[in-house]
Amino acid sequence: MATTQTKTLSRIMNLPAIVLLFIWMIVPLTMTIYYSFQRYNLLNPSRRGFNGWFNYEFFITDPAFFAAIGNTLLLVTGVLAITIIGGVLLGLLLNQAILGRGIVRILFISPFFIMPTVSALIWKNMLMNPIYGIFAHISEFFGVPPTDFFAVIPLLSIVIIVAWQWLPFATLILLTALQSLDQEQQEAADMDGAGIFSKFYYITLPHMSRAITVVILIETIFLLSIFAEILVTTNGGPGTASTNLTYMVYNRALLQYDIGGASAGGVIAVILANIVAIFLIRSVGKNLEA
Amino acid sequence: MARKITIQHQLGFTLLAWFLGLLMFFPIFWMILTSFKTEIDAIASPPLVVFSVTLENYIEVLSRSNYLKFFSNSVIIAGGSTLLALVVAIPSAWAMAFSPTRHTKNVLMWMLSTKMMPPVGVLVPIYLSLKYMGLLDTRFGLTIIMMLINLPIIIWMLYTYFKEIPSEILEASRMDGAKLWQEIIFVLLPMALPGIASTMLLNIILAWNEAFWTLNLTAANAATLTAFIASYSSPEGLFWAKLSAASTMAIAPILILGWFSQKQLVTGLTFGAVK
Amino acid sequence: MKLSSILVGACSIFALSGIAYAETITIATVNNGDMIRMQKLTDDFSAKNPGIELEWVTLEENILRQRVTTDIATNGGQFDVLTIGTYEVPIWANQGWLVPLTALQNDPVYDSDDLLPAIAGGLSVDGKLYAAPFYGESSMVMYRKDLMEKAGLVMPDAPSWDFIANAARKMTNRDEGINGICLRGKAGWGENMGFITAAANSFGARWFDEDWTAQFDQPAWKNTLEFYVKLMNDAGPVGASSNGFNENLTLFQQGKCGMWVDATVAASFVTSKDSTVADKVGFALAPDNGLGKRANWLWAWSLAIPASSQKQDAAVEFVSWATDKAYLELVASKEGWAAVPPGTRTSLYKNPKYLAAAPFAQMTLDSINAADPKNPTVDPVPYVGVQFVAIPEYQGIGNSVGQQFSAALAGTKSVDEALAEAQNITKREMKAAGY
Repeated sequence: MATTQTKTLSRIMNLPAIVLLFIWMIVPLTMTIYYSFQRYNLLNPSRRGFNGWFNYEFFITDPAFFAAIGNTLLLVTGVLAITIIGGVLLGLLLNQAILGRGIVRILFISPFFIMPTVSALIWKNMLMNPIYGIFAHISEFFGVPPTDFFAVIPLLSIVIIVAWQWLPFATLILLTALQSLDQEQQEAADMDGAGIFSKFYYITLPHMSRAITVVILIETIFLLSIFAEILVTTNGGPGTASTNLTYMVYNRALLQYDIGGASAGGVIAVILANIVAIFLIRSVGKNLEA
Repeated sequence: MARKITIQHQLGFTLLAWFLGLLMFFPIFWMILTSFKTEIDAIASPPLVVFSVTLENYIEVLSRSNYLKFFSNSVIIAGGSTLLALVVAIPSAWAMAFSPTRHTKNVLMWMLSTKMMPPVGVLVPIYLSLKYMGLLDTRFGLTIIMMLINLPIIIWMLYTYFKEIPSEILEASRMDGAKLWQEIIFVLLPMALPGIASTMLLNIILAWNEAFWTLNLTAANAATLTAFIASYSSPEGLFWAKLSAASTMAIAPILILGWFSQKQLVTGLTFGAVK
Repeated sequence: MKLSSILVGACSIFALSGIAYAETITIATVNNGDMIRMQKLTDDFSAKNPGIELEWVTLEENILRQRVTTDIATNGGQFDVLTIGTYEVPIWANQGWLVPLTALQNDPVYDSDDLLPAIAGGLSVDGKLYAAPFYGESSMVMYRKDLMEKAGLVMPDAPSWDFIANAARKMTNRDEGINGICLRGKAGWGENMGFITAAANSFGARWFDEDWTAQFDQPAWKNTLEFYVKLMNDAGPVGASSNGFNENLTLFQQGKCGMWVDATVAASFVTSKDSTVADKVGFALAPDNGLGKRANWLWAWSLAIPASSQKQDAAVEFVSWATDKAYLELVASKEGWAAVPPGTRTSLYKNPKYLAAAPFAQMTLDSINAADPKNPTVDPVPYVGVQFVAIPEYQGIGNSVGQQFSAALAGTKSVDEALAEAQNITKREMKAAGY
């Protein structure tokens, strides 16, 4: 029985969070929009002044811009594909009666606890390095010349590193969803003689759709702004092969110290991120209906 | 045809799960192993699995950096921001879960969308704002920033847990004359405890591993373990063993916390995905 | 009861006096070996300056640079001493962000005339010193004497690029894991662009003509890049496009490189106990092409005091301690003469103890003296800087161009494509910067 009184009360209860987040959003956003119309290089403050749409034009006409949008999308979809397919399979596996399940689960979730910089350093130095890396030694053992991962498949290498970090998260959520699957329904399907695959397709997958949506939504938010892994491993290269939008903004802000350009890039990134978000909510958001 | 779980099946799944689990864990294992090697052994070719264990990297790292300072800053900032966020998030999630309006879903989505601005794009505005408030390189300033960054996720997670609690129970307590704060603290929170615990854990992990703001807004006083790592990555020469030792020390606390609480995390990390 | 209250009182008096007199200065520095040594010698400074306490912020080079740049440009005031390079000093000094070190320049004990002229010149604006050099470097050829002999060649003191290329190809033996030459390939203005720009100078190339027009469409650049890519394909290590200074140092120390053209400071590392080839290393000047310029750069990691610091007097004390003659003696007494920070003072290169301990000393000095930041290349240029262009926009441009050259080395772009992109990027950025 929700009375007017509780309604008012709940508005008040919700207020602190909304106000805080509103300030956190509006102050930087306003300043960023303001800067995006300024000629403002931190290292050259004397040239500061109104710059019209120049920063936007400059950012969009950057030869790396479209490559960066493509790379951003590839990075997000690549990691999502690996983590969701891998997460479903691993979830199914971990849901079985396994000896030492607790320890196995610890092994699986550990990568999620590692700082992005550290995991990028491990992969770059100890695994993927073409001379000292484990992968190079393995391929030499089989008589295959070692792959120079960050030169030949830079973006894929980064996708692999990031997927390694996020696979545990996806697995955890999907596993929890699986554990709540109705056993009776499963057994009824068994009675009807349903095969493993049709059971998976008609019972398990629909049951997990909500969890998959959650994974997509949360991972997308984090993956859109990935850049530590790129900075540590490839610096966005070779050429622009692994430059994403965030890295481009980073390049303008902290290498070029072009605050005007970086702000324009930030605004563009926010707009694009919101387009992706609207698209996401339209296509999968109905699963989120509470 | 009843489901048969044969011994062979179980053995097969066990072996496969252990194999994949070890594979996932291998990079971390290898880093920890490297931290106990000498610098020369660390880049030996072929890689050494058997080597003489040395603690020299840890001794060197501990003598060079004030680990405890970085560690305590990380604890204070990750823990403080989590607690602070809960104080703000619980009432908000309560309000949205138990008296939703037609805007509730939009508000939630808007909250999540505040996470979409790339941090590098707003570094200078935030840096200047903190400077004017005198909060640069302070634990307090960083705690607030970390709280704001993770607040949307926390609210959303809590919201989904609260939704699963039948509102009749809350109403019953209200009938019994419970005040609002009593209702939240004595009725809602105990029931949502597993959810709150895993929310806290997730948030501590995210805050602990955050490496942009913690690096760029701190200097000598509030620097966290991410800055500790940054003083060992890529110096002149490749010091992989020392870097590995420093990295191991930086991730060990959160890794151990995660291991001990993994059950909580596993049962609680649902985001309302379980119906 | 009484005793404890007296103790408490005494403690609080000590605490108060501590607060009243001790001043803490914050030093931002890079995690290079010489700076880490300096940090370990903090006790010596404290003993000599009881009123000043040191707080260290040690960070990896790139992160340090972005931290101190953001801080100084926004007048953040978080640091009292900054570790910056030859690139930043003139730009920041012109903005009025750095305090001139007049006190040191006038101090007869500090003896600023003893600083190497090439190094001090790069850190001065209008005759005022804005940063004190902590260590200085140029670049030179480091090579394996044993492999050179095996190839039947003798390294001259001043080799040409043709000789280097020929020797590199002869020394290469990939079955044994020996690469004739290791050069920087990792993208970055301070990584591959440092090397390539210096090399390009010896090929007669330049970044800009006197009207600030980008020059990547000129034949000299094409010659440079073609030479570099071809040489590395024939005689360089796998994964060269990800190798920077660190990676090459390790390769050389592990005996996987015949030659390495890089910073003179590396000389003390390749002859140290961490190196498996310590007793087989020879040194030569950076190569040339007979055009009158050698491919050697000039860099000095230096200590500067930001104008935003509230504790400038204490900061000067520290800068003086870390860069004076006594500091060199101090390091020598603890770690031996070979370990002292090189390339800053003339007197060091006259010190027989140093010359005896450091076989690379003379070559280092000659290399530093051979670099001329005001006339870096064959043709005249409007900028200062050998392996960089000392304008604020260079870091970003250098990184983007570095990406293109790294792609050319990795083989994902042709030399012509990379140069065309480089030209395009540079023109765009320079136009936006108002040149």
